[in-house]
Amino acid sequence: MGSNDFAKLPHIGESVLRKEDERFLTGVGQYTDDIQLNNLVHTVFVRSPYAHANIKSINKTNALAAPGVIAIYDGQDVLQDKIGGLPCGWLITGTDGQPMKEPPHPILANGKVRYVGDHVAMVIAETLEQARDAAELVDVDYDALPAIADVRDAKLAGSPTLHEEATDNHCYKWSIGDKGEVDSAFEKAAHVTKIDLVNNRLVPNAMETRAAIGCYSRASDEYTLYVSNQNPHVERLLLTAFVMGLPEHKVRVISPDVGGGFGSKIYLYAEDVCVTWAAKKLNRNIKWVADRTEAFLSDAHGRDHVTHAEMAMDKDGKFLAFRVQTDANLGAYLSTFSTAIPTILYATLLAGQYTTPQVYVEVDAWFTNTAPVDAYRGAGRPEATYLLERIVSRCGWELGLSQEEIRRRNFITEFPYQTPVALQYDVGDFPQCLDKATALADVAGFEARKEASKAKGMLRGLGYSSYIEACGLAPSNLAGALGARAGLFECGEVRVHPTGSVTVFTGSHSHGQGHETTFAQVVAARLGIPVENVDIVHGDTGRVPFGMGTYGSRSISVGGSAIMRAIDKIEAKAKKIAAHLLEASDTDIDFANGEFTVKGTDKSIPFAQIALTAYVPHNYPLETLEPGLNETAFYDPTNFTFPSGTYICEVEINPETGETRVDRFSAADDFGTIINPMIVEGQVHGGLAQGIGQALMENCVYDRETAQLLTGSFMDYTMPRADDFPEFKIDHVCTPCTTNPLGTKGCGEAGAIGSPPAVINAVLDALAPLGVKDLDMPATPLRVWQAIQSAKA
Amino acid sequence: MYQFDYARAESVDQAAQRLSDGAQLLAGGQTLLASMKQRLTQPEALLDLGDLSDLVGISEEGTSLVIGAMTRHQQVATDQRVLHKLPALAHLAGGIGDKQVRAMGTLGGSVANNDPAACYPSAVLALNATVITNRREIAADDFFQGLYATALEPDELITAVRFPVATRAAYAKFKQPASRYALVGVFVAQTAQGVRVAITGAGNGVFRHQGLEAALDSQFSPEAIAHVDIDDSELSGDLHASAAYRGHLIKIQTQRAVITAIGNAPT
Repeated sequence: MGSNDFAKLPHIGESVLRKEDERFLTGVGQYTDDIQLNNLVHTVFVRSPYAHANIKSINKTNALAAPGVIAIYDGQDVLQDKIGGLPCGWLITGTDGQPMKEPPHPILANGKVRYVGDHVAMVIAETLEQARDAAELVDVDYDALPAIADVRDAKLAGSPTLHEEATDNHCYKWSIGDKGEVDSAFEKAAHVTKIDLVNNRLVPNAMETRAAIGCYSRASDEYTLYVSNQNPHVERLLLTAFVMGLPEHKVRVISPDVGGGFGSKIYLYAEDVCVTWAAKKLNRNIKWVADRTEAFLSDAHGRDHVTHAEMAMDKDGKFLAFRVQTDANLGAYLSTFSTAIPTILYATLLAGQYTTPQVYVEVDAWFTNTAPVDAYRGAGRPEATYLLERIVSRCGWELGLSQEEIRRRNFITEFPYQTPVALQYDVGDFPQCLDKATALADVAGFEARKEASKAKGMLRGLGYSSYIEACGLAPSNLAGALGARAGLFECGEVRVHPTGSVTVFTGSHSHGQGHETTFAQVVAARLGIPVENVDIVHGDTGRVPFGMGTYGSRSISVGGSAIMRAIDKIEAKAKKIAAHLLEASDTDIDFANGEFTVKGTDKSIPFAQIALTAYVPHNYPLETLEPGLNETAFYDPTNFTFPSGTYICEVEINPETGETRVDRFSAADDFGTIINPMIVEGQVHGGLAQGIGQALMENCVYDRETAQLLTGSFMDYTMPRADDFPEFKIDHVCTPCTTNPLGTKGCGEAGAIGSPPAVINAVLDALAPLGVKDLDMPATPLRVWQAIQSAKA
Repeated sequence: MYQFDYARAESVDQAAQRLSDGAQLLAGGQTLLASMKQRLTQPEALLDLGDLSDLVGISEEGTSLVIGAMTRHQQVATDQRVLHKLPALAHLAGGIGDKQVRAMGTLGGSVANNDPAACYPSAVLALNATVITNRREIAADDFFQGLYATALEPDELITAVRFPVATRAAYAKFKQPASRYALVGVFVAQTAQGVRVAITGAGNGVFRHQGLEAALDSQFSPEAIAHVDIDDSELSGDLHASAAYRGHLIKIQTQRAVITAIGNAPT
């Protein structure tokens, strides 16, 4: 079935209320910490208070004598049991042809700690409080070393060294694009616009902190790991094949209800391995739940780039070439997909929506004494969009072109479009998104609103951002050639029960996205049955055949397409059964609205009866067809999908105090086919909150000297709140994706990708009359006020 | 949390006795419980004042409002007498924390804790209130002694605070973006003894500002303080505000408070 036919089916485009909400809203969701097991004990991790130190000794004597303590393990125990370190899932090859530096990432520190919060020991006790008490009694003697927090300090001569494998703290230098062509285009340019900016580090802060329970059965020699995770099959693959050396069929990973991930729960973390390993050693089920402080210290953080870029233009503002140098902070160790974020998922997006014929991007990635950095809602694409849309706006200002004009002069309008940085966009309509956004934002009325603000002593500014992003990383063979150490397909199993209800087993994972509803709509639409008759099962390697999980806004486009493929098989088989019952050829059978009919006749049979026949095969072609109606499909996309859009932000600033209020925010997105508009709107709202949060509030700050985390709680790390935002205005353009059967593109990250530059561009537009030309995120009152003071001076 | 003993006080006298024996009073717990959960504080015994109904309530005493130490922020924020006689105080109480905090947090708890960024101490100081304890009455000017320090003796607990009604008053809080405590909070009150300006969030504890008070005494208008010099050498500087920014905000927030106070005045 093609995407055009699909979009016309019943239930598609309908805001079906979320099936999962009843259990969440009535408090019966089952998160990892809700799971109670017999023989359950608790663990607490002793974490490094130093950013960088040698461990001289660990004395466990007093702690082991504390009430309720069962065991205490440290790095020596890990070595003795030959448990490996955490692997990195993406190998980057440098410009020199050498592989990236890949230092060990031990699950418990092996003689040295490299960031505040690094795991030193695990204390297991009968109760959580006993484990906490004992953890304080573990006496670790540290020899503190000088530390690096800021990526700009990592490369300085004489900087402390984190890893023997990378004495200069340099993980890799990587590049994309034709440097020679770019450099020669710059020589011919009529105008060059330059920018230096910092993409601020963020702490993900899912509502549910990370949690894990390790279990082991002596009877079956099987492990079960309950873990708050976005991709249980990948977790299992990494855990078994790369770390513990276990056969996969002896390990079951269950990700039950998960309260938000935003990328931070993609990865295999040390705690997950520790509880699994220790469960067998002790023959106990071991639970660990991060408290919020641990989340701040040890969840993989996001962003943290420092970039210099230059855009070459002709006299009319046509982009000729774009040249970028980025320093990316990877933190102390390589988290699972950390190395792909500032390269594959960043630099390839730097053509944006524009016809810039030449783009050259050079990325240096560095180790620092900070928490590992990895994908966080958007993962590389927000960094790309922020850079590109900041410089595009500056190009417009410098050339005296309006923000719309500088974009329209450079928009890609013909598809498919091959960018100079590897991606091929299949489809889009960038001018239409811009048109819709300007209408939503009432740009025509802006000058009047600006005057009204001015009369009150306030400044008002308008900021644009025209983003494009890439979802559903694909295909697997191309990703493999680029260094991926995993496949990027998805699996779906559709099990039709004898009475015609359906259970779907998907490798995608829902941690807030609403798959149980959206995916059920897809199945219900295809099979012509009520949405209530479809249940979606996910998050359990023991029930779902395989899966690559949920990240990169891939679920509907990749996971949904796998389900579509499985339904194709169901439909084909059901037609054969129908043909037998209706005494026709299966090529003469049509299927629509849940009825199988013989072409050109009024002979028909409902889907439920076919299901029953498949399981009660009395009148059935047993000699040519197996009984049952249960199909599995694996889907590997041929290309990314490319959501795009234009966001317009309008801010009002009090120049006396620097207080900045988002007065209007308008988003016109092209997500291709939309299955559930309510859920899509919710995703956009959440993404905008995170993106505007990054632009105005959120900032993860380490002390530059000591690398202590200064924003280690919500007292100092500003999480955005509902009252920080206006009512968002949202509209859509629909150019269906041409490479998957649904026509969907993904909507989970767009808001966080597109919004930060719109906000900062608006702030700079507002401050322009005061002479402020530059400002880094987040535009807190202090920073805005200081920028104003500096411009005055 | 560490293990601790928990008991509920039966009387003020008993509470004072337990206090002198080393118990920590629980008066709403919106700071204390969070610190205990993070293991930042480790009381061996908690004595919950929640049953002492004598300490709850708002009454009028001549031209003053007397508010019991265990009166919750939410009650102060919504009480008709407070709204009528001291709207600035009701507004302040209604702006503390979030709804959950206001439902549990108490006046006495906040004043006794004297967090340098708490709101209530600025009202007590600016309104020239009297802190009433189980043993004596303490003038606001003598009560607050910098960062978490007060005039309270080891066996002394606050039972109520007496707020003289001001001619005009207002509180203007500039919120720290993350915690939403006062980055700079200024309480301005035109009282029988002249204008008093108390500042919280900006320094080592709530303090008055003579320069602002003198300027507003001569003319109660936002323009009056335009040229007042704010010395920022003793002000706090941190991630959210430099000392210079705090100094600047003191002036801005004072002006905002004065404008509101003029609007708040009984007509």
